[in-house]
Amino acid sequence: MVTTATTDVRTQRRVVARPAAWLVWGAVIFFFLNLLGVVGSVLVSSFGQRWFDTWLPDGYTTRWYGEAWTEFALFQVIKVTLEVSLLVVGLSLVIGVPAAYVLARRNFPGKRAIYLVFLLPILMPPITYGIPLATVLYKFGFAGHLSGVVLANLVPSVPFVILTMTPFIEQIDPRIESAARMCGAGMRSVFLRVLAPLLLPGMLASAILVLVRTVGMFELTFLTAGPDSQTLVVALYYSMSAAGIRAQQSVDAMAVMYTAMMLVLLVIALRYVNPTQLVARVKEEPEP
Amino acid sequence: MSVTTSTPVATSAGPPPPARVHWQHRLAERGVDRQLWLLTPALLFVVLLFLYPFFYGLGLSFQPTEGGPFSDYARFFSDAYQRGTIWTTLGLSLPAALLNVLASVPIAYRMRGRFRGKRLVTILLVVPITLGTVLTAQGLLNFLGPTGWFNRVLTALHLTDEPIRLVHNYWGVFFSLIITGFPFAFLLVLSYLSGIDPTLERAAATLGAGWWQRFRMITLPLLMPGLATTFCLTFVLAFSVFPSAVLVGNPAGETRVISIAAYQAAYEQYDYPYASAIAMIMGLIELVVISVVLFARTRFYTGSTGGKG
Repeated sequence: MVTTATTDVRTQRRVVARPAAWLVWGAVIFFFLNLLGVVGSVLVSSFGQRWFDTWLPDGYTTRWYGEAWTEFALFQVIKVTLEVSLLVVGLSLVIGVPAAYVLARRNFPGKRAIYLVFLLPILMPPITYGIPLATVLYKFGFAGHLSGVVLANLVPSVPFVILTMTPFIEQIDPRIESAARMCGAGMRSVFLRVLAPLLLPGMLASAILVLVRTVGMFELTFLTAGPDSQTLVVALYYSMSAAGIRAQQSVDAMAVMYTAMMLVLLVIALRYVNPTQLVARVKEEPEP
Repeated sequence: MSVTTSTPVATSAGPPPPARVHWQHRLAERGVDRQLWLLTPALLFVVLLFLYPFFYGLGLSFQPTEGGPFSDYARFFSDAYQRGTIWTTLGLSLPAALLNVLASVPIAYRMRGRFRGKRLVTILLVVPITLGTVLTAQGLLNFLGPTGWFNRVLTALHLTDEPIRLVHNYWGVFFSLIITGFPFAFLLVLSYLSGIDPTLERAAATLGAGWWQRFRMITLPLLMPGLATTFCLTFVLAFSVFPSAVLVGNPAGETRVISIAAYQAAYEQYDYPYASAIAMIMGLIELVVISVVLFARTRFYTGSTGGKG
């Protein structure tokens, strides 16, 4: 009975809203066509020999990749990118997970205020707190080095870990911890031997989300990076804003390498998390 | 007995405490015990890396290199070239955020059911979010440029005679905000919409409500709080537009947004007090817009969305 009712409603809706459906699908396809054009033109240009006033380049070559690799010292840049991202992921998990546990489980005076403070770095645009933060980091000599970039990137990452971990912690039955306590486990072994294995999927998910965000984070890295601590996005920005000095195609080649790196991360991320979690943490709803 | 009892209830459920209880017990009754030490690293982090720099910047903005405490703010508002950046930023970010949210509603409404390829569509939509603004800028320069594919298609279809200028002006930045912002808004709206119990609409259908009535009277009121949140998050993204305003816009003219003004003060003139003042103004304006929206949000229905919210 129930299934027939649903199909009835569905077919009825489809018949009624047919023109609207065409319009909606048309808009989506138009959006995707433009997106394909944006990404595709970078990709084609990076392999093109010469591309001026034609639909496609004259010939194809891979030499721009070699040129971009040596010209922009990409090995060093990618190394820095990986170092920064892994450090940020590790540190933000170590700082964020215990705090998320307390905030998810406990009730205490001032909890709402603390929650609000943790939310603020996500709600503010990075430039607004990035400029005072960079000033402070320069004052203490962190900025311009790897440590400054890592510290700056921690600011939005730790709150993000707290927000994504909270639902995972809420899922764990508190009786499991009580049982462990009764069996004589201290707080330390409850955490390491009971909670950590149960929270592993959640930690993996938020680690990957933080990784994607850190590799893509432009503003904070841009404000704090020195010449030898640029990540790939920042190096890409500098090579673009200095356009004209170098061949357009080698900048495109670098952009393609960045895209490839992001897409690999994205494919890994989507194995573990729901696409909406990449955007923000919304209350999870079970699939009907 | 250890003081780390897992619930405050367990402690308070006992017999009434004697006159002089140890202070640790009294705190534990209010939920404060040793477990709260786990918050320390995160609190230390937020104080050192977020609150301290923020107040340091706020203090710095009142200590300009010359003049009284408010002279940097006065300097910003008396200079039309600087003051105009506020309107430039709002003129870019408000329409972009509105368009992103309004366009997502009908599309998400069509797609909230299950259909083949839904996962593919959502994955494709995540791509521009992960690519970020710098790559989008590079792509837009190639795609929308005078010899790019977009203008070629328009010329081939005889819609224009000469290429339309779409980059290095307002529209280039606007399109980059749409490309990165629309998928973001769409995914949020989609998840809010699928949180609304579909049986509510079915009940309305049995009572004879048409398609538009069901949307207008049931789905939309339940969706409004979600739309307000989505608007805020999209607006924050669009408001802090920086790389695309420099790369695909005209950073000296019509797309000189407020973040460019702050950046130039800090890294080109090395005037940190002035840069902090601009950053504070920027944060304040953003918070004003967000609180207006969130205040309006409190006037909508914010109860349960029927079982699944």
